Amino acid sequence: MYKITRKAMLTPTICLMDVEAPRLAASAQPGQFLIVRAREEGERIPLTICDYDREQGTVTIVTQIVGASSRLICALEEGDCFTDVVGPLGCPSDFVELPDGALKGSRYLFVAGGLGTAPVYPQAKYLHERGAHVDVVVGAKTADLLILREEMSAVCDNLYVCTDDGSEGHHGLVTEKVKLLLAEGQHYDQAVAIGPMIMMKFVALTLRESGIPLTVSLNTLMVDGTGMCGCCRITVGGKVRFACVEGPEFDAYQVDFDEALRRQTIYRPQEQEADHKCKIGRN
Amino acid sequence: MQNREELKMAEKIGRVPVREQDPKVRAGNFEEVCYGYNEKEALLEASRCLNCRNPRCVQHCPVGIRIPEFIAQVRAGAFQEAARVIASDSSLPAVCGRVCPQETQCEGSCILGVKGEPVAIGKLERFVADWSRAQGGVPVEKAPANGIKVAIVGSGPSGLACASDLAKLGYDVTIFEVLHKPGGVLQYGIPEFRLPKQRVVEPEIDSVRALGVKIETNVVVGRTITIDELFDREGFKAVFVGSGAGLPRFMGIPGESLNGVFSANEFLTRSNLMRAFDPSSDTPIFVGKRVAVVGGGNVAMDAARTALRLGSQVTIVYRRTEKELPARAEEVHHALEEGIVFRMLTNPVEILGDEKGWVNALRCIQMELGEPDASGRRSPIPIKDSEFEIPVDAVIMALGTSPNPLIAKTTKGLETERHGCIVADESGATSRPGVFAGGDAVTGAATVILAMGAGRRAAAAIDAYLRP
Ligand SMILES: Cc1cc2nc3c(=O)[nH]c(=O)nc-3n(C[C@H](O)[C@H](O)[C@H](O)COP(=O)(O)OP(=O)(O)OC[C@H]3O[C@@H](n4cnc5c(N)ncnc54)[C@H](O)[C@@H]3O)c2cc1C
Ligand SMILES: Cc1cc2nc3c(=O)[nH]c(=O)nc-3n(C[C@H](O)[C@H](O)[C@H](O)COP(=O)(O)OP(=O)(O)OC[C@H]3O[C@@H](n4cnc5c(N)ncnc54)[C@H](O)[C@@H]3O)c2cc1C
Ligand code: SF4
Ligand code: SF4
Ligand code: FES
Repeated sequence: MYKITRKAMLTPTICLMDVEAPRLAASAQPGQFLIVRAREEGERIPLTICDYDREQGTVTIVTQIVGASSRLICALEEGDCFTDVVGPLGCPSDFVELPDGALKGSRYLFVAGGLGTAPVYPQAKYLHERGAHVDVVVGAKTADLLILREEMSAVCDNLYVCTDDGSEGHHGLVTEKVKLLLAEGQHYDQAVAIGPMIMMKFVALTLRESGIPLTVSLNTLMVDGTGMCGCCRITVGGKVRFACVEGPEFDAYQVDFDEALRRQTIYRPQEQEADHKCKIGRN
Repeated sequence: MQNREELKMAEKIGRVPVREQDPKVRAGNFEEVCYGYNEKEALLEASRCLNCRNPRCVQHCPVGIRIPEFIAQVRAGAFQEAARVIASDSSLPAVCGRVCPQETQCEGSCILGVKGEPVAIGKLERFVADWSRAQGGVPVEKAPANGIKVAIVGSGPSGLACASDLAKLGYDVTIFEVLHKPGGVLQYGIPEFRLPKQRVVEPEIDSVRALGVKIETNVVVGRTITIDELFDREGFKAVFVGSGAGLPRFMGIPGESLNGVFSANEFLTRSNLMRAFDPSSDTPIFVGKRVAVVGGGNVAMDAARTALRLGSQVTIVYRRTEKELPARAEEVHHALEEGIVFRMLTNPVEILGDEKGWVNALRCIQMELGEPDASGRRSPIPIKDSEFEIPVDAVIMALGTSPNPLIAKTTKGLETERHGCIVADESGATSRPGVFAGGDAVTGAATVILAMGAGRRAAAAIDAYLRP
């Protein structure tokens, strides 16, 4: 069970995997995530479901190495198995509830930062297949770190690349590109931003004035992912919500990003120590 | 009538004390606190039971274990026979012997307790269960397979009990569990030092598997598969929902989102299920220097004693008095022995943090007891201008839990009441034909023995429902 049937390193620190999980593949929807454990002593790590193949019974995940556990995940090879994979968790994106007809012709703007491209992909694909107009702005430090470029181009109308170093596309931040698009007179019915918490915060600040509804997908810390521990709690519109069961997607303008950013750092000293140990182990 | 002499003797001998780990030593490890009786101690303690003709103890055991009968077998040295007597009413004796609130149940009404100390029924039950397991357990009779599929949602005590009874009756039973390890609260909630996982919980689960029950972990019923799909696509003929009451409550006071505030569920899950106390585990846990645990139930005691073992100084903050503490008496006693400080009649009003958003104090108000409320307990009322601060760097909220709404939300026609509990009758039947429910999912957070009893009653009801 949970065999890795395909693995590809998209960049030196980001890997894509197809994993056997038939029940999960049969019920997954855009916007949802899963939780994996790479080994018996492993942490429960939430990852977005980036694609699913209901016939093959596989799901696609894209993992970026940021610490000890993501390093372990990316060290697994084709043919290896995850100890555990559970999902789909969280609520599907709101548009999944809409009748397909309602999506035809509606205009969506996606803003993806770094790894955020991966979770944006299934959403763009879903909407594109149902005749929505989809523009995607992706940002990366440098052109080499852009992921899923071809896949994304195939499911959107316009793909706008931004790089911090100017190695491709717009030289600068995704928020600047978003401003330029609006200044050009592009109009959108709905925007979605997925990426580092700090990026989502700034996209929200940028778009707030425009009146375009904005959804963000919150990557909080999590343990169980089923509403049992409260580790993932965040404040939305002044109310405490559990990202794992009530989210992970929320109305960006209601989210207390500063609190969410702070709560992501609770285990930083332990995480750094764990990653350090792990690196020593590899040398 | 009891034999007066015998009664006097039994009262005089007094309860055989149980050997325990030294409080100073155990405060630094996760080994089981209580060693339990050996054969000699068990024989001696069993000899105190008067074998009452109208045993009051049995009336107060929620599953009616034939207590005098099993104790008489212990006294006769027939431990396996004793195990058989218990097994006819309970499927988790090694667990219940350890965690039942005996002082309010069986032992609370033992006749010897009127003047002296009650028979240590729980300790004897535990002895018998441990002894029997070491001998390979009680052989069970299993009806021939009937090929009828029944699904169980959740692998806590209610689900395990329901599954084993149905398997014995010949049903083809599959348990679906969302976590990666089965056992429910026995696995993720109750700590190792009270309920050892490898020695007690896992063998109990293995014996359920040995009956032919399949356990599929990592399945979220309601998301991975719905109850409707279990019926329509996978051919299950009945479903038992034993999904527990895992949703943690917070107080809603300012500062609860600060870094360093945790629900007891999070803290205990990291430590128990994820084994964060073990250096080889990858899951981190936050160990405060000074920790306040809010609440007075078993969950609060467990969180406090876990924090203590990880190296924290711990204060339990409870709004009523020691008398009202809902935790098992033994746990309160152990917590005090281990050096946990109790601040009674104290209620948090705010959690204070530093400029970086980390907890640095718990602001509380002094309480006094007023008139009895609807539950008959005197309700605490705040004393004006009595606020004070306890300096802490972590706060653990152990305020109780309610059922997770996921199953009710994703199952058509499944009625719930306003606290989110599934509505079910005495037999476990819900508003949806073929769907039965029991345990904490129906009653709200309760006890292992009640959950187990509900699972067994539902098994009987499911059998009656499915039998042609
Ligand atoms: C719903 C959801 C979906 C996610 N989808 C993906 C995905 O598709 N691909 C992917 O690579 N990651 C995803 N994440 C984030 C991923 O779970 C974390 O990167 C991972 O848990 C880090 O574990 P680690 O031990 O490797 O790093 P750690 O040692 O735990 O952390 C390393 C650094 O990353 C920060 N960090 C820790 N956890 C998170 C987090 N959840 N989000 C952001 N920063 C964090 C830490 O503060 C620290 O600075 C998702 C998270 C959630 C909640
Ligand atoms: C810390 C703590 C200490 C306690 N101490 C004691 C004690 O000393 N004595 C005592 O008698 N009682 C104690 N209790 C209470 C007792 O553990 C519970 O009453 C009992 O476990 C309830 O059993 P259950 O089968 O109803 O549910 P649970 O044990 O909660 O099991 C429910 C299971 O269902 C799973 N589940 C939930 N939703 C789904 C879903 N959608 N799909 C699949 N699976 C799902 C959960 O993951 C869980 O494994 C304690 C509880 C806690 C939390
Ligand atoms: S199951 Fe619990 S209440 Fe019943 S006899 Fe055993 S310890 Fe006592
Ligand atoms: S345990 Fe107590 S009440 Fe029960 S039969 Fe023995 S003496 Fe009587
Ligand atoms: S991760 Fe535990 S409640 Fe959300």
